[in-house]
Amino acid sequence: MSNQQEWNTLGQSRTRRLERASKFAQGKNVHPDHIVQLLEAVLEPGDRLCVEGNNQKQADFLARAMVQTDTRQVRDLHLVQSVLALPEHVDLIERGQVSRIDFSFAGPQAGRLARLVESNRITIGAIHTYLELFGRYFIDLTPQVALVAAQMADRQGNLYTGANTEDTPAIVEATAFKGGIVIAQVNQIVDTLPRVDIPADWVNFVVEAPTPHYVEPLFTRDPSLITETQVLTAMIAIKGLYAKYGITRLNHGIGFDTAAIELLLPTYATDLGLKGKICTHWALNPHPTLIPAIEAGFVKSVHSFGSEVGMEKYVAARPDIFFIGADGSMRSNRAFSQAAGHYACDLFIGSTLQIDLHGNSSTATKDRIAGFGGAPNMGADARGRRHASPAWIKAGQEARGDTYMPRGQKLVAQVVETFREHMEPAFVEHLDAWELAKAAKMILPPVMIYSDDLTHIITEEGICHLLRCHTPEDREQAIRGVAGYTPVGMGRDKRAVENLRDRGIIQRPEDLGIDTRQANRDLLAARSIKDLVHASGGLYDPPKKFRNW
Amino acid sequence: MERFEITLPSMQVSARQQSALCGVVSSGNLEVMIEANSATDVCHFEVNTTARGFNDIWKAVLTDFSERYKAGGLRISINDAGATPAVVSLRLTQAYEESQEGFDE
Repeated sequence: MSNQQEWNTLGQSRTRRLERASKFAQGKNVHPDHIVQLLEAVLEPGDRLCVEGNNQKQADFLARAMVQTDTRQVRDLHLVQSVLALPEHVDLIERGQVSRIDFSFAGPQAGRLARLVESNRITIGAIHTYLELFGRYFIDLTPQVALVAAQMADRQGNLYTGANTEDTPAIVEATAFKGGIVIAQVNQIVDTLPRVDIPADWVNFVVEAPTPHYVEPLFTRDPSLITETQVLTAMIAIKGLYAKYGITRLNHGIGFDTAAIELLLPTYATDLGLKGKICTHWALNPHPTLIPAIEAGFVKSVHSFGSEVGMEKYVAARPDIFFIGADGSMRSNRAFSQAAGHYACDLFIGSTLQIDLHGNSSTATKDRIAGFGGAPNMGADARGRRHASPAWIKAGQEARGDTYMPRGQKLVAQVVETFREHMEPAFVEHLDAWELAKAAKMILPPVMIYSDDLTHIITEEGICHLLRCHTPEDREQAIRGVAGYTPVGMGRDKRAVENLRDRGIIQRPEDLGIDTRQANRDLLAARSIKDLVHASGGLYDPPKKFRNW
Repeated sequence: MERFEITLPSMQVSARQQSALCGVVSSGNLEVMIEANSATDVCHFEVNTTARGFNDIWKAVLTDFSERYKAGGLRISINDAGATPAVVSLRLTQAYEESQEGFDE
């Protein structure tokens, strides 16, 4: 060979970084006081950096350390992480240390992020789905440095991530096997871990954080805030969708609309004789509002993306239902649960802020860049799916008719009240996402669920079976026909809508045999957080902000 | 606060109690009261609402109700503190069905 090709520049880069960092650590162990210097020693301009921000667990101590680093030295970074949750994540942009970001969700920081984009302070690569971003970790967005959070480490650097394992395995695997550096903050260093979630030789440094990492209770919905309209839409969902298709495998969004469905399983759905016939297998975080259905024997299995604050003891006490290690605690995994939600579930149902006349839906508004997290993966037809189930086959027949090659379809439903608070219509001619795309110079408007994936819309006015609409006109009128008194709903062609109703494409509550007098909060299996604690036999320990007794 | 009245044609109600009060439901942000009225081919509505500027929506909600249900001969009072049209429709239906309870057609 004439040219001597160097094949291990990544390994050499790692060795250089480790050498520079070594004076701020004792082996793998870093004193909290030295963490800023260690980060400065490890990072190089141009690095792709992941500051583990999940939608729940946060590497918050390391994020706070990052914003204390020298801005002349630590700069030009490319943030690649699923969630921009903490103010420090955005502070890094404001401090001029980050020039590009690729992410999935920025809910709490959405407003600040939008302003930074508009003033050209940051370039967004793309707003991904979780699986898409994790996929890119292994193709073209592999981090050079990953800052992650674990509950405990042992002296060798093995990590216990426990119930909130979330994104950590995906981040660490990509980083550790491609010449990168993994730094973990832990709540506690112990002699023996309950179990090993991340092996020590994938971890370069461990720091015991002065305070435990923050976990957001993102999936707790207080039943006392569920409205009677939400009880009604839940009844419509159970009768018009779950019972009709016999949906056993599913994922729910995080809103009050789906919490209401969970709380009607032990009451309304049981009265309809649906126990054992629907909602047995879930890709779902441990929603507190699922407790009554689990206790009623409705639920057989739940795999989770993450955990939920206060649910640890309850979950550990139900090992037949959740995924529990030999140590007795749950392990979650966002990447696997997203894959499960995409390929192994027959229904995704969630809520949104806006739906257009085609049936595209988005939670993006003009001045917020929030992203969508998991909904787009689970709320999309899995084109690669090969296994049949009755619900999937039935939906496929309705959507495609009797085609030469039989094929199923994922059921994807959006449940909304026609007007949100402050009389904002949920149905619009054009999504705000278009204006956001223009302002933020995005190639694509940020759409959560695409029209061709959406099979059903449920509102207080009824359900529309969009998958049975085979012309754009039918589709538009089916949407207008459940859009209530919004301008889109008032703009309906009444005769066309009545025709769709005759064909069963639009169904009103009375068409489904629903007695609206029953749409009452008394139908909920739990009407308060306290009821949920009781239902759990005292095992559920809600965060303080949800306690009012 | 905005207050308006509207009278809409509606089929005669099948069951009408002699007592004034036929049905009443209330929740945090909405109160509906149904009473008997003399004219049997119209439904009379009296709306008190905290939300201004939604007359067209109110009219559409009440017109649909009068067309869908036999409400001729009823006087319906609504006290609204910012309920959405979904809640108004649901409450109206519930109050109406409550008022018809025990009366077979």
